[in-house]
Amino acid sequence: MQRLKPFLTIGLLMAVFMLSGCSDMVVLDPKGPVGEQQKDLIMYSIWFMLFILLVVYALTAFIVYKYRDRKNHKGYDPDNEGSHLLETIWWIIPIIIVVALSIPTVKTIYSLEGPPAETKDQKPLVIHATSVDWKWVFTYPEQDIETVNYLHIPEDRPVLFKLTSADSMASFWVPQLGGQKYAMAGMETELYLQADEQGTYEGRNSNFTGEGFTDHTFDVMAMSDEEFEKWASETKADAPELTKEQYDKLMLPGHVKEMTFSSTHLGFVNHADQADYALKARERLGYEPLIPHSKAAKEKREEEKKKKQEQQEESESHGDSHAH
Amino acid sequence: MKWDEFFVTGDPLIYGADVSIVLTMVGILFYLTRYKKWKWLWTEWLTTVDHKKLGIMYIVSAVLMLFRGGVDALLMRTQLAVPDAKFLDSQHYNEIFTTHGTIMIIFMAMPFLIGLINVVVPLQIGARDVAYPYLNAVSFWTFFIGAMLFNISFVIGGSPSAGWTSYMPLASNELSPGPGQNYYLWGLQIAGIGTLLTGINFLVTILKMRAPGMTLFRMPMFTWSSLVTMVIIIFAFPILTVALALMSFDRLFGSHFFTLQGEGMDMLWANLFWLWGHPEVYIVILPAFGMFSEIISTFSRKTLFGYKAMIWSMLLIAGYSFLVWVHHFFTMGSGAAVNSVFSITTMAIGIPTGVKIFNWLFTMYRGKIQFTTPMLWSLGFIVNFVVGGVTGVMLAMAAADYQYHNTYFLVSHFHYVLIAGTVFACFAGLIYWYPKMFGYKLNERIGKWVFWLFTIGFNVCFMPQYFLGLDGMPRRVYTYSEESGWGPLNMVSTIGGFMMGIAFLVLVYNMYYSFRFAKRETTGDAWDGRTLEWSTPSAMPPFYNFAKIPEITGLDHFWRQKQAGKVEKLTAKDIKKIHMPSNSGVPFIMGSFFFVLGFGFVFDWIWMAILGGIGVIGTLIYRSFEYDDGYYVSEEEVIETEKISK
Repeated sequence: MQRLKPFLTIGLLMAVFMLSGCSDMVVLDPKGPVGEQQKDLIMYSIWFMLFILLVVYALTAFIVYKYRDRKNHKGYDPDNEGSHLLETIWWIIPIIIVVALSIPTVKTIYSLEGPPAETKDQKPLVIHATSVDWKWVFTYPEQDIETVNYLHIPEDRPVLFKLTSADSMASFWVPQLGGQKYAMAGMETELYLQADEQGTYEGRNSNFTGEGFTDHTFDVMAMSDEEFEKWASETKADAPELTKEQYDKLMLPGHVKEMTFSSTHLGFVNHADQADYALKARERLGYEPLIPHSKAAKEKREEEKKKKQEQQEESESHGDSHAH
Repeated sequence: MKWDEFFVTGDPLIYGADVSIVLTMVGILFYLTRYKKWKWLWTEWLTTVDHKKLGIMYIVSAVLMLFRGGVDALLMRTQLAVPDAKFLDSQHYNEIFTTHGTIMIIFMAMPFLIGLINVVVPLQIGARDVAYPYLNAVSFWTFFIGAMLFNISFVIGGSPSAGWTSYMPLASNELSPGPGQNYYLWGLQIAGIGTLLTGINFLVTILKMRAPGMTLFRMPMFTWSSLVTMVIIIFAFPILTVALALMSFDRLFGSHFFTLQGEGMDMLWANLFWLWGHPEVYIVILPAFGMFSEIISTFSRKTLFGYKAMIWSMLLIAGYSFLVWVHHFFTMGSGAAVNSVFSITTMAIGIPTGVKIFNWLFTMYRGKIQFTTPMLWSLGFIVNFVVGGVTGVMLAMAAADYQYHNTYFLVSHFHYVLIAGTVFACFAGLIYWYPKMFGYKLNERIGKWVFWLFTIGFNVCFMPQYFLGLDGMPRRVYTYSEESGWGPLNMVSTIGGFMMGIAFLVLVYNMYYSFRFAKRETTGDAWDGRTLEWSTPSAMPPFYNFAKIPEITGLDHFWRQKQAGKVEKLTAKDIKKIHMPSNSGVPFIMGSFFFVLGFGFVFDWIWMAILGGIGVIGTLIYRSFEYDDGYYVSEEEVIETEKISK
């Protein structure tokens, strides 16, 4: 028993930790009906899992304690080799648990395929999200505008994301709004999300896409319907138009700052139909991928490191001047 | 590829590695020459076809790879310990997690288990060697050469950096140019040949070479688990072979199976990879289950509870392992019906696994439990593996998986099953069968330190990662910002990682300590065991294993003989001459040619690859004209080895 104490402590700590720390973790702090359904499913399953852990740990502790080798050992039965009753019990109990978990799982899977139930009647806002190493291009076909690396969405209205990629397989994920889905070249996947609260949420690509993957992120700003309409029409009126040259430059691997355009790239290409567009654009621009350990690649990395440092210093000195 | 770019340069870590590699090589060469060990190395090890020696070589390689993969892990944990760390840059970090994953699965876990299977299974079934001893040597050398080829990548040409899953199109020439990804393809391809041959070899061995009287349902559980594993290998590995070949075509010869151009299909790679990859995780967990069954039964002094249920649940798991691969990419958008089906099949795997857990618990019920180190690892397995198991069921719920996918929740889950399952089993099995391999036990007191250090370190390292995952930390990021709030838990995790590193060093020290000071075993039965491997009179069985093949009357035959006080004693009359296979240097030479072939393909030097290929085919032709049917060990020699008085 002594020997098992640390395990039990860990198990217990885990349970306490899980229950107390829940609300701080983004996945368990959803701001929309999609994330809400997923959170409910997660919490439902956690209770089952804690129950299973409890049973196994209690049984282990009991058996190991009672049947440890010691003086005056009792109940030793070396040929005790099975019991139909017991074995039937532990075939049936897991089956019941699996059934109990399967039903809500399947229900939720089906429910997440469409817009949230409470806003079913509203026409969803359609946004094309296209991943290019290592940036996100967001297209609003109805508003005829395009943004890079940030999103504005109206609250309380379902948003239908049409996901695709210009190159590597990426995954579009805004944890506080709901689970992710892959964005793949030559393919279009659909994901419904909805924000019930105004605010800024972090979104990112969560599927590894190479060197710039870590900073392959974007911000989602959820706002009221009026604000959103206002922003969209202002953008349409004021933002510059997206030229094909400019769009081709976006196809080069790398990071860019947030951008806004009053037209979309859908006139040039839909990556869901044309998987090799980005590669061809790179060829047109004379871009050649560098072997990671070649001299040229190392020089480029050094350069980027310097640039990043300078940027950091700059922003720090800005901070100082603000403080003064 | 320019010549001045042939060697990886520019990083102090790499230079350090270069120096240590050269020093180690010089040290080994000096030792071999100084003590005139070259001949010994060649006749005793490089040309051996003895399953026990091949097994030991597998295990030694696996421990080396555990060190390499572990160093990778600690480098990653160091980088992630604090936010915005500058210890590794992105490219370097990506290479390290790629090699960590690949090495730990392909070059550590599998060879470790295959090594133990090599040592133990022929002994457990009362055989003198495997069905195809020569092929067994080929298996080992192709594995070893594959591992070496993969490992030199970090000093020559650069390591792969597309992840151990190497998803296309990221792994294509356009997005991952250079030799790195080719190392992955050819290292795995060559090692995979060895694994497939092992699968065939041991399937035949177990089916055809059991001692008389040992029916299928009298086989020890570890042998059963090996048998099932071999069946999975035979069905799963050809998928990997084909997938790797197709990607090699894409990268070397401009085909378009998975590429962005020419209507390639990147989702096909993901499907093929996991069609192999999921059974692969059962390839590394089922032998672990088998070992725990043996160890728990031995140290509870009791028959395994529910022997038949254990077998049927294992067969169910093996079948299911081919029906769940889509759960690795629920987020690909395959639709509600597909995701629902694969959610349910995945959760269903939990049923037979749960049954096994209860059967292990009830093996201890009414037993007499001894807390030896192998038993501690087994208890640690039950307690920790369950955590990995229940989080696995959580991940199986597709709708929830959309939130766990690609996060540290997943990372933590698979470390809880792979470490608490496979690695704990490797340690438990190594300690348990150590006297069979080397004639003495590892020190128990130091062994318990290793166990507690490692187990506590393991939980400290990985438990926080579940919470990091729920807090939205994606896997494979090389750094994170301070605002994310992930700093403290990452620091805790890193501390746990280093505890595991220290535990590994103590384990290695224990090997040294026990080599120097451990009491040598005088009998073949170090733990009062139940199965045939413990029935040999000497601690380490002679090269022919059994002077006389035993006749089996039931499960736990040796244990029951001991209980009844009827252990057979051999007399000179029982001894007949023994037929044994001859050693051969050809597998080693064939392996070397495989290296030339692989290295040529890695750098796209087709002439070199062709040269290597000719060499491989040459050794095959040579072998088919070799009329060596083995040799006989004379009765006198056997009598002398067995120390039978006339």
